[in-house]
Amino acid sequence: MQISDILQTMDYGKAPEDSTIVADWLARHENGFGHFIDGAFTDPGETFEVQNPATAEVIAHVTQGSEADVGTAIAAARAAQPGWAALSGHERARHLYALARHVQQHARFLAVLETIDNGKPIRESRDIDIPLVARHLYHHAGWAELVEDELPGTQPYGVCAQVVPWNFPLLMLAWKVAPALAAGNTVVLKPAEYTPLSALAFAEIARECGLPKGVLNIVTGDGATGAALVGHEGVDKVAFTGSTDVGKTIRKQIAGSGKGLTLELGGKSPFVVFDDADLDAAVEGVVDAIWFNQGQVCCAGARVLVAEGVEDAFTAKLRARMDKLIVGDPLDKNTDMGAIVHPVQLERIKSLMAQGAAENVEITQGTAPEGCFYPPTIVTNVQPASILSTEEIFGPVVTVTPFRTPSDAVALANNTRYGLAASIWSENVNLCLDIAGQVKAGVIWINCTNVFDAGAGFGGYRESGFGREGGREGMQAYRTTPAKQGRDRTLPALTATPQDSGPQGLDRTAKLFIGGKQTRPDGGYVYGVEGKNGPVGLAGLGNRKDIRNAVEAASKASSWGGTTGHNRAQILYYLAENLSARAAEFADRLTSFGQSTQRAEAEVETAIRRTFWYAAQADKFDGAVHATKSSHVTLAMNEPLGVMGLVCPTDAPLLGFISLVMPALAMGNRVVAVPSQVHPLSATDLYQVIETSDVPAGVVNIVTGSRDDLATTLAQHDGVDGMWYVGSAGAMVEAESAGNLKQTWVEGDGARDWTSPEGQGRAFLHRATQVKNIWVPYGV
Amino acid sequence: MVMSHADPHHTRNPGMPLDPAMFDRVRVNKQASERRAAGFGARRSVKKTHQAAWLVNAIRLIDLTTLSGDDTPGKVRRLCAKARAPVAPRIADVLGIADMGLTVGAVCVYPTMVPHAVEALQGSNIPVASVATGFPAGLMPLDLRLREVEWAVAQGAAEIDIVITREHALLGNWQALYDEISAMRDACGAAHMKVILATGELETLTNVYAASMVAMQAGADFIKTSTGKEGVNATLPVSLTMVRALRDFGEATGHRIGFKPAGGIKSAKEALAWQVLMKEELGRDWLNPDLFRFGASSMLGDIERQLEHHATGRYAAAHRHAMS
Repeated sequence: MQISDILQTMDYGKAPEDSTIVADWLARHENGFGHFIDGAFTDPGETFEVQNPATAEVIAHVTQGSEADVGTAIAAARAAQPGWAALSGHERARHLYALARHVQQHARFLAVLETIDNGKPIRESRDIDIPLVARHLYHHAGWAELVEDELPGTQPYGVCAQVVPWNFPLLMLAWKVAPALAAGNTVVLKPAEYTPLSALAFAEIARECGLPKGVLNIVTGDGATGAALVGHEGVDKVAFTGSTDVGKTIRKQIAGSGKGLTLELGGKSPFVVFDDADLDAAVEGVVDAIWFNQGQVCCAGARVLVAEGVEDAFTAKLRARMDKLIVGDPLDKNTDMGAIVHPVQLERIKSLMAQGAAENVEITQGTAPEGCFYPPTIVTNVQPASILSTEEIFGPVVTVTPFRTPSDAVALANNTRYGLAASIWSENVNLCLDIAGQVKAGVIWINCTNVFDAGAGFGGYRESGFGREGGREGMQAYRTTPAKQGRDRTLPALTATPQDSGPQGLDRTAKLFIGGKQTRPDGGYVYGVEGKNGPVGLAGLGNRKDIRNAVEAASKASSWGGTTGHNRAQILYYLAENLSARAAEFADRLTSFGQSTQRAEAEVETAIRRTFWYAAQADKFDGAVHATKSSHVTLAMNEPLGVMGLVCPTDAPLLGFISLVMPALAMGNRVVAVPSQVHPLSATDLYQVIETSDVPAGVVNIVTGSRDDLATTLAQHDGVDGMWYVGSAGAMVEAESAGNLKQTWVEGDGARDWTSPEGQGRAFLHRATQVKNIWVPYGV
Repeated sequence: MVMSHADPHHTRNPGMPLDPAMFDRVRVNKQASERRAAGFGARRSVKKTHQAAWLVNAIRLIDLTTLSGDDTPGKVRRLCAKARAPVAPRIADVLGIADMGLTVGAVCVYPTMVPHAVEALQGSNIPVASVATGFPAGLMPLDLRLREVEWAVAQGAAEIDIVITREHALLGNWQALYDEISAMRDACGAAHMKVILATGELETLTNVYAASMVAMQAGADFIKTSTGKEGVNATLPVSLTMVRALRDFGEATGHRIGFKPAGGIKSAKEALAWQVLMKEELGRDWLNPDLFRFGASSMLGDIERQLEHHATGRYAAAHRHAMS
């Protein structure tokens, strides 16, 4: 083509990235890849094909990991773990620095390989994925150096099973491997079957760096391999990034195993544009949100919510911008959108779009070449009920829905079972921060989107999972505190019929406490409570409907989380003082259960002090401002989980209750508490204390009855956001929690001495909160 | 093939009454602008023959400029000679562009240098642009500034690059700014008016947007970033803001306004980045000299070196090219 011709059109022309070095590497491995176990590559076993989605060309054969392969890898990781953890933090840091440096040195090789394997544009793999991989490794090399100082009293889990998705293959590997290794764990990681190659290349880099053998093991394969890995009894901690459905399966699969678990799952993130936004900036934001990585991004801003007054102007700008996108060869430097990762995923997108089209939405599309490509797509006239608004499409499809007011925008934003991320666009920072506080999501980007840094936590609320990756909160997900085993104990059967004799002394009627009122149990039954010398009273026999009512009351009391820490502290202090004023009465109650007077008085005293301690923490368990990118404030805010179900220890009937309820309240949660089944009356005696202490109605709800029946209902309730359970049915709680992926904390009775310092501390506060990272760029 | 300098159908901007509603609610987000601006170089890549073509196009867009206290008639003649023949024949021949009549877009000088430039460019079709209105600070009585414009036009300047009173923009005195620019537009007569906003001194992008809009409402044919004398000259985020303002003005009025980044643009690579900006944000038409100019003095030298490399495969040395 002549210069004079080009001057007429001023086209960009082709700008292909040279891929010969990667082609040579693939050719050297044409006999297939084995796993990377114990510092060496195994011979290829039974293999499957890996394709370049842009060309449909088979580029490699990779081994399908068997259960035996998984076992071998876990054994290698197990053998290496004590030595790895015994290294000084400094020594581990040097290994991680080496990995980071070598990733940087091999950056272009990794970028080209990732693009060929995944189909993402070379611009993204080169400018975003691989630089973030290096940054993550550098950041966590620092954590290796500091972890003993910064997270005292914690220890590594041991062997981590990690399963990563195909959308950011190497970046997700780095997010998993870097903190795990920094914390002193060893790793068996399974890359996605569509995109295993960069993980294998990373294994070669680890070998080049001299990472000790067995510390990092890569096993390739499909979902069955992943299931074998996370389910293996030799694993101490499971970390998964992928779909919500698989996340729920894993939650159920490992329930009761005692394994640590973090899940980073799907999303349908809102992208809220107010009428005072810089609309051109917001349009570019949509490009970065949904037309980044072909929309195959868990935190993609897939639901544009736009102020109705600017909807037409915004949509017109967005359509004009979409027309400028170049879709095609991922290896061309001018390509904005490359190939969809696999024909199966393309079919999924097409199928969802076909269902959406049947709902009379309006669809505008750009162009895309033949093959495994999908055009950038805008869907308007789409209602919240549309399948395109509710389902994660994981493709380059954005919906546009108008809202009327800020509260309408918040309601629409939160009208989802997910809670991974949100973008908020307005030049009024008052408005932005107000909305940021109200949206239920783990990452909030103000006037930006898809901004990442290793120094900030990333992870979701609700069914987008739990646990964070990046920053201090991410490191905490790879360190544990030594936990003693509790014991399984069969509780005495409940007797709901009249007792042989009545209680001596004062006979109070212990009802339930729901929505600030003492209420009779729905079923109309009571059960007998035994003391050391026979029956000491009757307690309400709560049932499913009582739990339902209690959760409903707790849900309505949402203003508790918005009040200041100071206010919550004042109320908890007041409660402690009122408890103190009646200390003798509570001690008598404990004595009636068979405790010595001395022990009873000590338990009451500790309960009072513990309440003070959590009151004091209410306005001090702050978040942080993370050091991330220049001209960005990144706020890590500790937010309450919401409604928490607390199933209290059997022992220490007063103190056990206080030990669970107070940290939850101090952090702004509303609670539905199930007191000790055997000795519920210490908790029911608290009704009057609570009523006289200005605790708002619905903040504390107490349902007595069969511990595990009530726990089952709580675990199955989708309106419960978090659950702590002490008892012998922890496996049930963890399995049932998968319904809405509520966060759980379970242990057996007797695992800790509630009267000792281990019954109190910041660990409880961490468990009662989730971190929301809010990114606020600034500058004029 | 002879490339024309301007679309003959291009009509001038007649201006309109001051309408603050077109800008007073617009707030430009700096971080987002910077992110987008960084994308022009990262998202678009022009290689090989296409790169040569884009660099040739950039030459058509240059207002080849000298604005120094030590300018003399001799210096201006040298500049004009380069403007007529911006690429050495040995390079143009290899590139196959020898017969396209390639020249720069205009020559830009101080008012007293206009007669020398007009004389040196006779018969070339290259317009002479003159800065005026007390360039670069503009802090002269208005009547003197208007007389300066008239004088430069009388000397043969076909384009006048005026500077605004920054005070009016900084104090939000948009009516005063509008009135001043309108008067200058009248003084320009048939000469095209480029309005220099001196964006480095307006500081905020929101101010840049508002001042751009006022300038266009007052009849600017082009809006231009900088005099080259401010501490901060043309930047991509500022250019993005101005380009979006002229797009918005065009959508509202139907008039096509030109854009001229100036000051500190020295490299061939920058010439590509700015052209990408224009193509991405506005489209192909804004890669023609009737709607886009670079204010530059040394960029041409770098472009010529890159073109020689393209022609010969060898890296070039500046001393082998005619200086301006």
